[in-house]
Amino acid sequence: MKKYISYTILSICGLIMVIPFIWMITTSVKSQLEVNKGNVGFLPIEEYSTYEEDGTTYRITDIKQEGDSTYVHIYNDNMERIRSYEKVATSDIKSQRKIKLHFENFKKAFTKVPFKRYFLNTILVSVLTVLGVIVTGSLAAYAFAIMRFKGRDFLFYFFISMMMVPQPVYLIPSYVLLNHLGWIDTYQALIVPWMANIFTIFLLRQQFKTIPDELFDAARIDGCGRLRTLWKLVLPLSKSVLATAAIFGFIGSWNSFMWPLVMTDSPAIRVLQVGLSYFSQEASAQTSLLMAASTFSILPLVILFLIAQKQIIASFASSGLKG
Amino acid sequence: MKKKFDIVPYLYILPAALIIIVFRLIPIILSFIVSFYEWTITGPGAFIGLENYEIMVKDGEFWQSLLNTFYLVIFVVPTSLILSLIFANFLNGIEKLKSFFRSIYFVPTVTSMVAISIVWKIIFNQQTGLVNFFLMNLGFDPMGWLAESRGVFDLFLSNIGVNFQAFINSLANITEISYNTLYMILGGPSQALFSIIIVTIWKGLGYNTIIYLAGLQNIPNVYYEAAEIDGAGKIKQFFKITWHLISPTTFYVLMMTTIITFQVFSQIYLMTGPPVGGPLGTTKVIVYFLFDKGFGESNNLSYASAIALVLFGIILSLTLLQKRLEKKVHY
Repeated sequence: MKKYISYTILSICGLIMVIPFIWMITTSVKSQLEVNKGNVGFLPIEEYSTYEEDGTTYRITDIKQEGDSTYVHIYNDNMERIRSYEKVATSDIKSQRKIKLHFENFKKAFTKVPFKRYFLNTILVSVLTVLGVIVTGSLAAYAFAIMRFKGRDFLFYFFISMMMVPQPVYLIPSYVLLNHLGWIDTYQALIVPWMANIFTIFLLRQQFKTIPDELFDAARIDGCGRLRTLWKLVLPLSKSVLATAAIFGFIGSWNSFMWPLVMTDSPAIRVLQVGLSYFSQEASAQTSLLMAASTFSILPLVILFLIAQKQIIASFASSGLKG
Repeated sequence: MKKKFDIVPYLYILPAALIIIVFRLIPIILSFIVSFYEWTITGPGAFIGLENYEIMVKDGEFWQSLLNTFYLVIFVVPTSLILSLIFANFLNGIEKLKSFFRSIYFVPTVTSMVAISIVWKIIFNQQTGLVNFFLMNLGFDPMGWLAESRGVFDLFLSNIGVNFQAFINSLANITEISYNTLYMILGGPSQALFSIIIVTIWKGLGYNTIIYLAGLQNIPNVYYEAAEIDGAGKIKQFFKITWHLISPTTFYVLMMTTIITFQVFSQIYLMTGPPVGGPLGTTKVIVYFLFDKGFGESNNLSYASAIALVLFGIILSLTLLQKRLEKKVHY
């Protein structure tokens, strides 16, 4: 009995969580005409009239009925009006009600602004950022976890304290700085400042510390230098934490919005989130295109999530556990 | 034998340190400097000392943004905390479909705020939105949502027949505080801001639920078994065992959600207006305010820096306060 209550509540709440996504998808395949007519529900049903002439069926819109005949606009297959205010026999007009999926909305939205370019830019920025985060993070964490040197703890706590500073605080002076460097509107403005992640250093340090000393001794006896030990021993033993760091970095970079919005301007290096934001202003009245664009912009991450959900959820959960 | 100075560890830290110093530490120091000068896109101007901070204290827009931000935090944080703890408890109690539900709750967390804001903006649309469609199908009147500047307390009280605006009016006469100020504070967040609150809760719920679930799974089962023997019911078990043992997680969730909610920007930028922050500035939050001052028409980078530092001060003091409380509560 108690189980059923749990499942019922979880299902209802789960539905609320996904309804926006379901509606996004169903609206993305509706025709704009239907949306404007107030067909808000989930089914992409179309109600329209057709007119048959010489064996061909045309879509029409009714204007005015006059006796046995009606004035109509006649459209071709691409919904372009080919004849206006035609007088046709009312008996030739049929009322239709059909489910019709307008997948062409996706193509329309994708080509209306250069989304392909935005996608490529985002992939480039995200991949390079993640690579940077992994490289700088592994090196720094290795030093913090394994080596002894003066000022180690001070440097580590300095790093940690920098992690507490929220992005909006350094956004403005970063702009001043990047402007001074001449980096505004360049790829490096999107990549270089994000190529070190303090949380990643922290995570990796925790992991590296768990590796037993004997293994390091053995590596030393085998004549491995420090860099070789990192590459041959430490990193292979830390694959799952590295994956966690990469996933975090990738999702963060892919979804970041405020930074690229401020630091870039030209469409050539615009990333997906900023492109989508501009598109939403440009096409604000075209609901179905907006929904299509939203759908294909979240698709890559949703697919990544579905493939690696266990790992991703475990990664996020581990971020809440005390180190 | 004297140990030779080993430079290698520093070389390992160098790449990360370089980036953190150049792109974190220097900007933070720079923001203090910028806030004391006249500074636009063309570069520094005259030294103006604390003038920006003086302007800020007298700037009604600043206070409104701060109030709106507090509304967001006060509504989002407790609601999200309670809901996610409830979800996590239900999830922890089931065996089948556990990972399925977990994933469903988590999807909003991995999707971009930009896409989600675009979708929710249309969901809240007065004519073609889903929320009003549901309301009308259930026999209610459609509502203004993102276009409604009236406060939610005002809307609620007016709905049950209280003349809220007349009450504020007479209060303004007695206290000699302006009607608008009183209305902003006592009327509650506008329905537009309330819509933003809903989206913000929805977006962060999955993450908090996962964090709580991890916390719950760390509680040893023996406590519950002992309580079971003592005849304690599920509700009693929750308040006597779970609530106490989960308190470190609660503090983490509280801190993270508060800090993140103070920095809300994307949903305001994409869902409200035009002009952004509308209607009547009731959805303007502090981060949008500083963005607008810095990169909007006035392009006043120095004023924006001052605002950012005030935001930093607020977040820092909240973090320190919560750390302090944590030490007191957690044993």
